[in-house]
Amino acid sequence: MTTTDASPRVGRRLGDLLFAGTARAAGITILIALAGVATFLIVEGIPGIVTTQSSAFAGKASFVSYTWPLVFGTVLAAVIALLIATPLAVGAALVIGFYAPRRLATPLGYMIDLLAAVPSVVYGLWGATLLAPKMQPTYAWLADHLSFIPFFAGPASATGRTILTAGVVLAIMVLPIITAICREIFAQTPALHREAALALGATRWEMIKMAVFPYARSGLVSGVMLGLGRALGETMAVAMVLSASSAVTFNLIGSQNPSTIAANIALSFGERTGVERNTLIATGLVLFVITFIVNFLARGIVARGRKGS
Amino acid sequence: MSSTFPSSTLPPRSLTANALPRWAPLLVAVVSAGLGVLASVLFSWGVAGLVLVAGSAMLLLLPLWSAVVENGRKAKDRLMTGLVWSTLAVALLPLVSLLWKVISKGAPQINGDFLTYTMRNVILAQQGGIYHALIGTLLVTVMAGIISIPIGIFCAIYLIEYGAGSRLAQAITFLVDVMTGIPSIVAGLFAYALLVALLGPGTQMAFGGAIALSLLMIPVVVRSTEEMLKLVPNDLREAAYALGVPKWRTIAKVVLPTALSGIITGVTLAIARVIGETAPLVIICGMTDGVNTNPFSQAMATLPVFIYSTFQEGTGTSVSAIANADRAWGAALVLIVIVMALNLLARFIGKIFAPKTGR
Repeated sequence: MTTTDASPRVGRRLGDLLFAGTARAAGITILIALAGVATFLIVEGIPGIVTTQSSAFAGKASFVSYTWPLVFGTVLAAVIALLIATPLAVGAALVIGFYAPRRLATPLGYMIDLLAAVPSVVYGLWGATLLAPKMQPTYAWLADHLSFIPFFAGPASATGRTILTAGVVLAIMVLPIITAICREIFAQTPALHREAALALGATRWEMIKMAVFPYARSGLVSGVMLGLGRALGETMAVAMVLSASSAVTFNLIGSQNPSTIAANIALSFGERTGVERNTLIATGLVLFVITFIVNFLARGIVARGRKGS
Repeated sequence: MSSTFPSSTLPPRSLTANALPRWAPLLVAVVSAGLGVLASVLFSWGVAGLVLVAGSAMLLLLPLWSAVVENGRKAKDRLMTGLVWSTLAVALLPLVSLLWKVISKGAPQINGDFLTYTMRNVILAQQGGIYHALIGTLLVTVMAGIISIPIGIFCAIYLIEYGAGSRLAQAITFLVDVMTGIPSIVAGLFAYALLVALLGPGTQMAFGGAIALSLLMIPVVVRSTEEMLKLVPNDLREAAYALGVPKWRTIAKVVLPTALSGIITGVTLAIARVIGETAPLVIICGMTDGVNTNPFSQAMATLPVFIYSTFQEGTGTSVSAIANADRAWGAALVLIVIVMALNLLARFIGKIFAPKTGR
């Protein structure tokens, strides 16, 4: 009697143990994987920082003077991208959420999502062969007429493959991320407030200004930060579009452009050997830390917004 | 008393007084389009000038008319409506341009030979193909899937069914968020650093690419599976427990089948996301002209890296450069078709099998 009772229970416990163990192991694998990422990047990156071989820094004196223009270019391209993408993304999310008839809104949402599905290498191909030549006349015009603004100091690049073009391509790539988050945030704003505003005679824009934006502010900030994280780490589009040198300049339309960390790694990895590659891994570590901080702040803002609402 | 109040105090007037007629936007659109055509013909500005002039005319005329007939608030509303719609148009413009360019440049390249030949011993403008790159992409993606799908699904099971609220689960949730933000190039560098530390410097193998891709794929699988498991009603679990079903069988036979369609959708989308990843593969998989089916040694060509390298070799006006640039467009079209097909498949699966959770 006791044996027949006990055996299924043991079997049950064994199955549960195995299953729970596998699930827990999968979770712990993620811990190990991330610890591994940090460890291996540090272990393989440090020799590239402390090395005295000058070819590792492409002629620069130290790791800092090698990395600084890259960090500058990375942040500059990402900021340009966000300045362009944020208003467009908010507008697109408003159309899908409040302006478009429901039957139209869903396909429009799909189309914005399609933007996210296009691989970055295809964006690079498109940006380098179609967008850059199309932008070039605009740059020439800007350099002729607005050269008193430091951003358009000129002389304009002959190919159009400038950091501004790279920023435009990045903007297209981060737009669907910001739009998706904005749509989610806008949908969460209290419907009663929106309806009350309309019932009191507010126009649609006044309703959005009074009943949607105040609730969406923290979500907007976090969406933009997530877009920033994506823009900072984007590699192929920038590597293919930008014709880079190591200049530190705010001239957005010239032929001397700062490269970005990610694009620099992809472009120069093949031709480097030994400790020179370790230096690239170290710059990758810098990129990892920057994107980590940005994403961390973004998630923090999201979490705080959720707690508040 | 109250029923007579409005008519006795207000002058009788129509509801539509001081309002633009319903056809006003249409009229303004027609007028603006006419202005655009006129301007583009007069100054020969082409299609871009037409669209620009017509768009800004539309944006200005309707609010102005509204400000005259209606009032400032309504004029502002009309202005903002125009602006908001035009942001959407501007946002979708690149998509249309990109798809048009890829299809018009890529379609002439696609033929049977392009899909079944490799680039081995292909010189100048001879017919080459992407067969080796297709095989490589298939191998790398399948390996990445084999690594990341079980880990991702089991991790989500742990987070929802076992760990809920525990400190380990909180740490994992946080780290999955961190993983979502890892730049793809950093994932590639990690795979390279790992292989260098284990096998010595200069190692190139496709398995490293699979490691890098699974690093990017796992968080997507975890997130989507988690969302789907959360949707499974607790009643189902409790009913199974009440019948004496052990927890692991409840998960395997009740929870997972209920959420299956959503999980498959999520996994398909994750594959669609990583199949176009280029940066890590440039570093760890490299490029070669022939078929390599051994993922543990030597370089392996993949479709995204093929696009990148033919693009790099395709600058200039020499015969081989032009041929390479064309091949890049052909390969880009094939890649986009694959990615779009995966996305459509995911939506299809989601639609067909969705009602299971609706009870």
